[in-house]
Amino acid sequence: MNQPSIIIVDYGIGNTFSVENAIQHLGYRRCKISNMQSDILNADALILPGVGSFEACINNLRENQLDSILNEAVLVRCLPILGICVGMQIMASSSEENGTHIGLDWIPGKVKKLTLPKNYSVPHVGWNDVLPLNRDVLFSRTSEYPNFYFDHSYHYECDSTFVVAECDYGGPIVAAIQRENIYGVQFHPEKSQNNGLRLFRGFFNSIS
Amino acid sequence: MLKKRIVAKIVVRNGLVVQSINFNRYLPVGSPAIAVEFLNDWGVDEIILLDITASKAAKSPDYSLLREASLRCRVPLTFGGGIRCTDDILELMQCGADKISLNQVALHNPLFIEEATKMFGSQCIVASIDAIKIDTNYQVYDYLHRKVCNISVSDYARQLQDLGVGEILINSVDRDGAQSGFDTDLINTVCSNVNIPVICSGGAGKPQHFIEVIETTQVSGVAAANYFHFTEHSVTTTKAIVCKHNELRHETYAKYASNLFDKLGRLLKKDDSMLEELLYQQIEKEII
Repeated sequence: MNQPSIIIVDYGIGNTFSVENAIQHLGYRRCKISNMQSDILNADALILPGVGSFEACINNLRENQLDSILNEAVLVRCLPILGICVGMQIMASSSEENGTHIGLDWIPGKVKKLTLPKNYSVPHVGWNDVLPLNRDVLFSRTSEYPNFYFDHSYHYECDSTFVVAECDYGGPIVAAIQRENIYGVQFHPEKSQNNGLRLFRGFFNSIS
Repeated sequence: MLKKRIVAKIVVRNGLVVQSINFNRYLPVGSPAIAVEFLNDWGVDEIILLDITASKAAKSPDYSLLREASLRCRVPLTFGGGIRCTDDILELMQCGADKISLNQVALHNPLFIEEATKMFGSQCIVASIDAIKIDTNYQVYDYLHRKVCNISVSDYARQLQDLGVGEILINSVDRDGAQSGFDTDLINTVCSNVNIPVICSGGAGKPQHFIEVIETTQVSGVAAANYFHFTEHSVTTTKAIVCKHNELRHETYAKYASNLFDKLGRLLKKDDSMLEELLYQQIEKEII
């Protein structure tokens, strides 16, 4: 099998090294962290990692002109992309984290603060079971009810046609979304041991 | 359902993992990278790596230590020690940290907490509180200056929550290295004062202690340090026992589900007939 070229988009914030470690552990040797236009446009797959606030992330993307580069890569060239945590959230139309902010608007939806019943602490931190609604790509190699590591205070609200997995934390929460070549997960596959590695494998195997 | 977390805390002093006793005696254990690798393979849910010498020596965080330790870590890794500014955090995230633990800087520069949570989000920032029991009250302890602060733990926890931290790691100075069980009063005090997840630490000595603290408090994660280093397959065996009572993530290939344990939580040898049967059983390793 030809090794796909995988680019972890570096926009100055995020746990890029953890993501690279996990992907390299699976044997992908052509994986690198980059913010170069030529790397991003010529990749076979992109990863948009994320640990940070929505505002800091989207501002960093724009300051580095990565928003227009990513728009071309994802919307024009249709490269498969996987957003992780806030990397998924910035694909939304807008977010209400620390004021209202406009996102990349790739998958129509809003990012809102978790509103939970009493006794549920925020952020939602820890290992939670995920119910995949569609097991074509991301969950093709996981079990029917795999657990993943979550760590977030805000969540994605969008039309159910885009939701590919849910989890339960005081009510259903969107755990994974997809629209054509655009994928996003609220949890951290790079930090979910074997279940996370299985998810990455499913995603990269879908690249033809 | 969200599962309770079994967390490994690794205390590092001058580049070596140490066993800490009452915050004043330290016995060397070994290399941080190897400790992380073992704990990861044993299926721990999260690892907190704390360098207790960086702040003391007024040094920057030990990036190379983190970089090496994180290579084999597939579970969330929280790093603490020597963090003073947001550039430190940025660099740590690029060296394999997923979350950041703040202790000294939280105590002496609370405004920094606000700045950090605004940039990295609350979910990335863990505040570590060292608590000591004075008469019947719990007070904050400053490990660096070796003194008791005149701040109650419950007020301090609430204040940190208001500043935006996403989790609290509460360490009991009295139970540190004592192996006599967690201080459930202390943990309840903190949990009842905040609405963010709390991880408790200090006092683990046997699996029963984990069950006790999960059942009598609202804690989200239970951490242990020394206990995990000095017990064989400690995480797996602890989880095998605890998950008979509480829901945990328990997915290592060896689950010890059908094993028997002695009262200290050590694995007992299986019956000879059972072992003979196992002799001819082939277990194929999954290729992900």
